[in-house]
Amino acid sequence: MSAPGALPISDGRLALSALLILVNVLLSGLLRLGLGRSLLLAAVRMVVQLLLVGTVLEWLFRQHDPLTILLLGLVMASIAGVSAVQRTRARFAGIYANSLLSVLASSALVTGLAVGGIIRPQPWFAPQYLITLLGMVLGNTLNGISLALDRLMEGLTSRREQVEARLSLGASRWEACLEVVRDAIRVGMIPTINSMMVMGLVSLPGMMTGQILQGATPAGAVRYQIVILFMIAAATALGVVGVVLLGYLRLTSREHQLRLDRLRTNS
Amino acid sequence: MPLLEVEDLARQLEGRTLWQGVGFALNAGDRLGLVGPSGAGKSLLLRHLAWLDPLQRGRILLRGRSPTHWTLPVYRSRVAYLPQRAIAFAGTVEHNLCQVLGYASHRGQAYAEQRLLGWLRQLGREASFLTMAAERLSGGELQLLALLRALQLDPEILLLDEPTASLDPASTGRVEDLLLQWLAQGQRACLLTSHDAAQIERFTGRQLSLTP
Repeated sequence: MSAPGALPISDGRLALSALLILVNVLLSGLLRLGLGRSLLLAAVRMVVQLLLVGTVLEWLFRQHDPLTILLLGLVMASIAGVSAVQRTRARFAGIYANSLLSVLASSALVTGLAVGGIIRPQPWFAPQYLITLLGMVLGNTLNGISLALDRLMEGLTSRREQVEARLSLGASRWEACLEVVRDAIRVGMIPTINSMMVMGLVSLPGMMTGQILQGATPAGAVRYQIVILFMIAAATALGVVGVVLLGYLRLTSREHQLRLDRLRTNS
Repeated sequence: MPLLEVEDLARQLEGRTLWQGVGFALNAGDRLGLVGPSGAGKSLLLRHLAWLDPLQRGRILLRGRSPTHWTLPVYRSRVAYLPQRAIAFAGTVEHNLCQVLGYASHRGQAYAEQRLLGWLRQLGREASFLTMAAERLSGGELQLLALLRALQLDPEILLLDEPTASLDPASTGRVEDLLLQWLAQGQRACLLTSHDAAQIERFTGRQLSLTP
């Protein structure tokens, strides 16, 4: 056995794997699903994006300047913050700022603590750890935030009469919105809890699979996976609570009014 | 000093002026009828008086002080607004009544079952009304629930939007009697809209006509 590492995949065999997409194209044609075009586009995008990321990461892992690496982390977090909003069905002024703030604060805090206190790579900014862990945390936080934001706006809209009835009876805006706020936070956190429940039984996480293919022992890979899941759970919770509270403040007023006039539905 | 003073309110909706220069005063014992054609913005005016919508112009004073000065939860428990569509919270009628008393602005107020039972008798309802599930109530019963839920807070002013629209004539009479009795028990006043011209004629002392 030589140095650890998965068997390399040659260009020819990589092309061979692309033939698998023909299964989807064939099925789409047979069942007239009308997905042929989107399937091909999605496949091409996936290949191009991943090849590009491979190149970027190769470049990144040669960097020894903490500033470059932190800057890249900032860019990643900002993209996550913006994408979280783009999936929601309604908007309000300041929603992007709220999402950015929540994603940045939660992911920076949790990734910082985990890298600095638990994994402790040398140097601390080693991009193999910092950037990959941040990426995994961001992907999940993004999901939670967009679900929670959507639920908050939907909840305040559909339960407007209830909320205003409470306000009319002397409730503060917090007392009037508490049910909706709780509901939104719960919805944002549920996917993380669900995925922890079945972890290892139903799903073998991609990162673990990758580490094992690269020659790491399964026992070691599992330990990384545990740390990562705790990071994801904490960051998602913080991000979701942050974005829901900021949104609640924006959609109500200091004079204890529900301000749904600040909401715009996407057309 | 009047209980409630309203000066120069105006409301525009999508560039159209619904009403402007709206002003009136409510003194103890007043029963003011709010009249105007459908779409004149009667409900919207009541919402403004409850401070649920931001004021575009003018001012509102309760006993000489602005709503923000009272703080809004306190103001709204003194100036109780009952929307046209009565809203119940999940649970029984009793749960609806108690839940509201849990708000910070009602600290110190206890659930007064005897008083509620008295009101229920006056409305021709059994005590079992209290244990009914709110989602099973009829439209008229919901209106009674909303009225009791507001009355138990001892408001000084009631803003009533079609308070008896879903009730039969006998129950409507009972509600009006209960309101008159409530008005007589302190420094209180009410403002009422109704599609029933006879009710306006019968129940209110004067009218405010809402026109653009």
